[in-house]
Amino acid sequence: MDNIIEFKEWFVKNFNTFEDSLNGENTPELHRVRKEALKNFSELSLPTLKDEEWRYTNISPLLKYNFTLPSEDLKISDELASKYLFGEMESNILIFVNGKFSKENSKLLNLPEGTMAGSISDAMKNNPEIIEKHFGKYTSYSNQIFTALSTAYTKNGAFVYVPEGKIVEDPIHIIFITTASEEKIIIQPRNLFVASKNSQVTIIEHFVSENDSIYFTNAVTEIVVEDNAIVDHYKLQEESKNAFHIARVEIDQKRSSNFTSHSISTGGVITRNDINARFNGEGGECTLNGLFLLEDKQLFDAHTLIDHASPLCNSHEHYKGILDDHSRGVFNGKVLVRQDAQKTNAFQQNNNILLSNNALVNTKPQLEIFADDVKCSHGATIGQIDEEARFYLKSRGIGEEAANAILIHAFASDVIKSMKIESVRNYSEDILSKRLNQ
Amino acid sequence: MLEVKNLHVSINGNKILKGINLTINAGEVHAIMGPNGSGKSTLALVLAGREEYEVTDGEVFYNGENLLELSPEDRARKGLFLAFQYPVEIPGVSNVNLLKTALNEIRKFHNEEELDAIDFLNLIKDKMKLVELDESFLKRSVNEGFSGGEKKRNEIFQMAVLNPKLAILDETDSGLDIDALKVVANGVNKLKSKDNATIIVTHYQRLLDYIVPDFVHVLYDGKIVKSGGKELAFELEEKGYDWLKNSKEKVVTG
Repeated sequence: MDNIIEFKEWFVKNFNTFEDSLNGENTPELHRVRKEALKNFSELSLPTLKDEEWRYTNISPLLKYNFTLPSEDLKISDELASKYLFGEMESNILIFVNGKFSKENSKLLNLPEGTMAGSISDAMKNNPEIIEKHFGKYTSYSNQIFTALSTAYTKNGAFVYVPEGKIVEDPIHIIFITTASEEKIIIQPRNLFVASKNSQVTIIEHFVSENDSIYFTNAVTEIVVEDNAIVDHYKLQEESKNAFHIARVEIDQKRSSNFTSHSISTGGVITRNDINARFNGEGGECTLNGLFLLEDKQLFDAHTLIDHASPLCNSHEHYKGILDDHSRGVFNGKVLVRQDAQKTNAFQQNNNILLSNNALVNTKPQLEIFADDVKCSHGATIGQIDEEARFYLKSRGIGEEAANAILIHAFASDVIKSMKIESVRNYSEDILSKRLNQ
Repeated sequence: MLEVKNLHVSINGNKILKGINLTINAGEVHAIMGPNGSGKSTLALVLAGREEYEVTDGEVFYNGENLLELSPEDRARKGLFLAFQYPVEIPGVSNVNLLKTALNEIRKFHNEEELDAIDFLNLIKDKMKLVELDESFLKRSVNEGFSGGEKKRNEIFQMAVLNPKLAILDETDSGLDIDALKVVANGVNKLKSKDNATIIVTHYQRLLDYIVPDFVHVLYDGKIVKSGGKELAFELEEKGYDWLKNSKEKVVTG
């Protein structure tokens, strides 16, 4: 109890200091929103195991620490900045160091006219109309405590805006590099991506750390996919293995829009991803795929919601977990098909491999179907490496470790293969290989 | 090359092999025939190293070494190969990846240089022709969506690439039509040499028309009840396994 009070108190007490630090970057409207969010944060309760949505995920380890905002601006070398790029892929690069946008290390290629990619604080200054229209509209800071916290402390984050009809050829690779030392910092990336009608863009959110420090990432991303727009989204989470990562992604899909998100997660001692997609218009397509690799005492929790609020939409969800040692995985995939959402196709699958006797996974598909002309399915499996397949490989001369690695790669392969960008596929295969060789 | 001495094998407490004696030398082709349930596949799987089977008595020596103490992968690396009766499907692992990894592990074991992708592809080109498989199958997942004939041809293809000293073909003819059978047999015949040996486990004599054995052993109720030359296979075909059962009983009561 004390920890919880302390944890919340610090943020409430520190708020004025924080607002002062914003200098001129505050508008009356944003100030109002921030204050309201802070009030909500102090009134809402932190989740406990008694809350249905947090039943298997105990966040009390997070509350043991006093996290502070990073006090100094860390500078990084170009070498470090380019360490996390993907081979020869040409991309627009936005770098955030300990949560703060680093213009020096970022690099934009030739973006189509009117396209913007940069920091959200710049957007709040320069494009208030877009911010006004979309910021905070897709995620709730009135009943979600971590979103409330993020909203109260919104300062840094990535902003991408693609105007109507524009196609952004090169992916936008956003890298959040967090390297804390003695301070236990909290970074709160607040991202907003807007793809206007008929536009196309690929966005990669990439979380990395240079060491095993303890820090807390509280990320909120709002994504708007307007009529006929296509957004290909990736989230690669390679945080420090002692970090806490709580992330919410809210996706608003308009008519005939196409949204795909691939998530690969290997880092963090506790990871909680909430991904909510909502069809606000007919004919939309949504794909949510994920792969999580857990070892030691890591905990990973993915809660997804696909809201078929309109008819004639298709959704496809495939999450795969590979768990070793004493790790724990939680998958809760909810598909809501509302009464008028006829001709819905919704497919959901969660498959898990346990590599040790102490690994544990809780998987819970939830289909709430209120329409009658729909095709929905869900499936979940929890198993071990196929013994027959392993023997077959051994009988050809392949040793135990190599055989296990081959079969685990095979298990993960369909999720990785569905990624459209080859260099991200290769990078993901490398992450998997590195983890298997440890 | 292979010496099996008084081998007794059980699974889940049930005795399957009850004292097998067998000697195989380089350059020889041995056929092991027998009715269903006689223990033919058990023998093949035990030699390959399947752990579910428990060896309760007896010994097996492979080139003078105690085979039963070796792991399945070491047996393969030392030149033993099993063509499975029911090859398993492995989605997500391509045929080319499996073979290249296996070949390189075997080469590494013998302190030979590993092959890179290009050298490997050149090596396997004519082996593919041997079993009439085309390049498209290389990228496909191991045995996934393969017909029975394709699976068996894939086993022989792997055998051709890995070049074993002792090949065990477990009912390689089961489920094959005559054309597929001819392709498989042709492959095996081309790979035969005076330096290697082949054990053909089969229920029917048909395959032995194409792969002519030097020795035929009949396995019945866990024991080899009769051994002979290739004529024995014809006799079995004519008289059926009951003939042996009756003559065995006669011997016992006689």
